[in-house]
Order: sequence, then C-alpha cells, then structure tokens
Amino acid sequence: MSIDRSDIEKLGELARIAITEENIEATTRSINEVLALVDQLQTADTAEVKPLANPLDATQRLRHDEVSETNRRDDYQPLAPAAENGLYLVPKVID
Amino acid sequence: MTWETVIGLEVHTQLATKTKIFSGASTQFGAEPNTQACAIDLAMPGTLPVLNEEALRMAVMFGLAIDADIGKISAFERKNYFYPDLPKGYQTTQLEKPIVLGGHVDIELADGSTKTIRIHHAHLEEDAGKSLHEDFHGMSGIDLNRAGTPLIEIVSEPDMNNADEALAFAKKLHGIVTSLNICDGIMAQGSMRFDVNVSVRQKGDELGTRTETKNLNSFRFMERAIKKEVERQIDLIEDGGKVLQETRLYDGDTDTARSMRSKEEANDYRYFPCPDLLPIEIDQAYIDAIKASLPELPEARHQRFMEQYQLSSYDAGVLGDDAATANFFETAVDHCGDAKLAANWVTGELAAKLNSQEMQIQQSPVSAEQLAALIKRISDNTVSNKMAREVFEAMWQGDGEGGNDPDAIIKARGLKQVSDSGAIETLVDEVIANSAKQVDNYRSADESKRPKMLGYFVGQIMKASKGQANPQQVNEILLTKLKELL
Repeated sequence: MSIDRSDIEKLGELARIAITEENIEATTRSINEVLALVDQLQTADTAEVKPLANPLDATQRLRHDEVSETNRRDDYQPLAPAAENGLYLVPKVID
Repeated sequence: MTWETVIGLEVHTQLATKTKIFSGASTQFGAEPNTQACAIDLAMPGTLPVLNEEALRMAVMFGLAIDADIGKISAFERKNYFYPDLPKGYQTTQLEKPIVLGGHVDIELADGSTKTIRIHHAHLEEDAGKSLHEDFHGMSGIDLNRAGTPLIEIVSEPDMNNADEALAFAKKLHGIVTSLNICDGIMAQGSMRFDVNVSVRQKGDELGTRTETKNLNSFRFMERAIKKEVERQIDLIEDGGKVLQETRLYDGDTDTARSMRSKEEANDYRYFPCPDLLPIEIDQAYIDAIKASLPELPEARHQRFMEQYQLSSYDAGVLGDDAATANFFETAVDHCGDAKLAANWVTGELAAKLNSQEMQIQQSPVSAEQLAALIKRISDNTVSNKMAREVFEAMWQGDGEGGNDPDAIIKARGLKQVSDSGAIETLVDEVIANSAKQVDNYRSADESKRPKMLGYFVGQIMKASKGQANPQQVNEILLTKLKELL
C-alpha cells in the first residue's frame, strides 16, 4: 500500500497538524517507507498465531472505588493556553 | 403503501460509582468546572489508567439482569477522534471483547402482549467532558469534570417497530438500571442518553438506509425525534428521494432536527487495543457471587406489588417499574399504612404535578414522608380529598405558612374537615329550611331524577360549612333528611 500527496493533505487536516508545502513531499516519502515496512510484516504467516493485545502475561489490576484525587485545578489550569472562570478555552467548535 | 419502521437504540448509561472509570477523581454531579478533572482525566503525559472495580461489577450486574453472557475475558480499545472535550484524542471503550454479550429486555405492548427486544451487547467506556458553546471571546469553554465518568453503552438489536416500543424499551432499561442501583437515572443530569437508529421499508423488503439521531436526553425528546425522523424518511421516499446514511441532531427546544454529518465523511475511528490496559479476566465464582446478590428487578416488584398491596396490574406497573417511584411509594406506605390511598396519590396528584413540571420523582419537593403525613389526615377524616389537594398544592409550593408540613398547613389555613354529625345535621336543616322551592321540586320529581337534584343541596351545605363538612357525611345525612320529607 502507498499513499500520495492528497492523502497526506487529508490526514494533516484530520490530525489537525499543519503540514507545510515544503514538507509535504518529504512527509509523503517517509510515511510510504513506514507503509512498506508494514507491507513486509504483512507477508509473515500468522495463521497459527493467537492475536496478542499485550506482550505481558498478566491481567488488568483493579482499583477500589474510593476518591483519591483532590482538586488541583489551580495547578493544571496555568498550563493551558487559555482558561477562564475555571473553564479551558478552545477555538469554537461548530458541528 | 404499508411502511414498516425499524428502530435500534444505543443507550449511554452513567454508572453510579463514586469515582471515574480509570482515575480516583470524584464523579459527583454539579461541582465547579474542572475541579474533578485529575491528571489522568486531563490526559497528562505519563499517566496510566487503572480500572475501577465497581464499574466492572456494575456492568456484570447489568448483564446478569438481562440474561446476557458475561465476557470472562474482555478488553479495552481506543476509539480515536478529535474533539476538545476528549483530551486524550481517543475514547477508551470496548469493541471486540465487550463485557456483556447478548441478553434481552421484554417490554409490554399497548395490547397487553409481551415483546422481546434483543440486546446485541453492552460495553464499558468513559464519558467525555462538556463543551459550553456560549461565547468566551469567540472561544468555547470546556469542563472536563464529566470526562472519565464510567458508562455502559447498551446496544439493542433493531427489534423495535415504532416510537412507543422504543419508549417502552427505554423506560424498561431505566427501571432495570435504577433497580440494580447502578445508575441514578436522573435524565436531567445526563445519566441516561439515547442514540436512535431509524430506517423505514416496505413490509417484506430488505432493511432501508438508516440514520442515527444522537444524544437524546429525555424520553419525550426520544419519542418526538423518532416520530419526526420516520415522517421525514417516508415523505422523502414517497417524493422520489433517497434516505442518506447520516448522523442527525435533534433540538428538543424547537422540536427540529438537522443533519450533522454524512457517512461519506465519517470518522475512521482507527480502533486498536489499548496498550495501557491489560485484558480483564473474571471467573465464574465472581459472576456467581454477583448473581446471588442481585436486588429485586422491576418484573418481580410488579408481581409483588400486586400481591402485597392488592394493586391492579396497571398501578403495580406505574409504581413498580421505576425504582425511585417504587421506593417513594413504599416509604409512603410505611409511614401512612394505607397502600390504596398512597397508590392513588403517587399515581394521581403527584404524577400529574411531576409531569406538568417535567420533573422526576427524585426531584419532588414533597417527600414520601410528607405525603404520608397528608394521607394520614385523609384516613383519619381530618381533611376531605378536596382539602387534601389544596394542602398538597401548598406543600408543593412550600413557601406559604406551614412550609411542607401538612399539619401546619391544615392549621394555618383552618382546613379541618367537620365530621361532627350534630354540626352537619344543623347545617343540613338550615339549608333545607331555606330552600322550600327546591324541596318542593325534589318531592314532586320522578324518583329517577332525584339523585341529580341533590347537587344543589350539597353545594349549599358545603358553602355554608366553608367547604369543611365531610362530603360523605353530608350526603348521607341529606338523603335521610330528604327521605323524611317525602
């Protein structure tokens, strides 16, 4: 599988990443190299291999349902580009 | 042409845990914005989710309550999409191995028959935050308190054929999750939200193209949205058009719907197993222990109400299907001792009041204990039913003299019913003496016409007593006295 310039433009938009005109060729090439690697992996015969979601031979630990987190809004909010009245502010989203 | 409607529901149910599904932040409703959003909920780098055991237990309870299979190994996946109320850029959810598989919910139809609605599966996932779209200098405000609240998304098979069936299904689910005490069921706070998939077809044809209307947060809006969408699709096809597969938004305030996005530009969610969470493994002993401790479910309670309180099947349904209503009713009965009156008041006056204000019984300003105190005053003849309605109205408002306390209101308004037969006899005698003409008419009237003529006398007597005479006694004494004059 390979992708072209228009795919990269679409992906850039979906991922909200600004890919500049001078970068677009190089980005397309790099991603195609990754895809070639994936194609190579795809040729491996996995018919007898059980799907693996995690390499650890373990199961999920569970947590008691007790409040352990305190309000640290004043620590977190200065990290955001914009906040007001306790809310994080983001560019308007229109559905 | 005979159209057939096909409806499937996805129901997002907030679980009533104390903390988030993957973090130890509180899920309490109504806190100041972002005061319950911890580093995990904010998707700070380096944080790791840990599953809340209570969320898992509640999901298993639900599965057992609907006769489903429980996934002994279930797993979380990432559903990737961009929206500012989802700080991680993906929702942690389940796809390939959900915790609840299959099962069914049975609904009662208008003709009294039962229909089985199959459940495809139910999975655990996290809720997103909330976007506040009012203007902040051209920006939107984000409150992430809700982000990470545990949900089960219950996905039905497309087994419903009209809005009434969808409504009955939604209400039944509401009754089940509230009876299990795994969801508070408060719709106004978003505790249960519906996505409806609707398509129409000619009877016997293949399934039509479906649309999905998202995020309906009340039973009424869901019902309206389905009816509107069915109408729209049929009109569209009959006019030679085609239904497009799309996501739609319904606005309850204006009762209108619009297209949100079509499937052609649909998101590719790029699901993959979440590497931060290991598979969840549960054993049969765990499932059996939960099964053994399941609380009473709506159907069993319905039966019990009919037997224990001698209620009609209809009343037992209205009172027993919803856990909060059932608790309210049983608390009232405990305090007043009169199941019949309590049933009448909860399904009558109280239900009408809640309906008119679009409130749920949890929000009733009159508590079960207070209603029971009023019912006691009806049972012991302190007040008539009519007076009781006035007292109830005052209790509901709660701002007059006496507040919510029926005894104080009765006293403040001088509403005591006169049940002293001597006093009533005097009133009846007075009215008869002052109504010579009406008495003559009564005497000369045909026997079959007489009962209708009593209204005048009763009205006069009640007026003379300022509405405080016991109406039943007035009727009895009046009849006896008039008979003596014949």
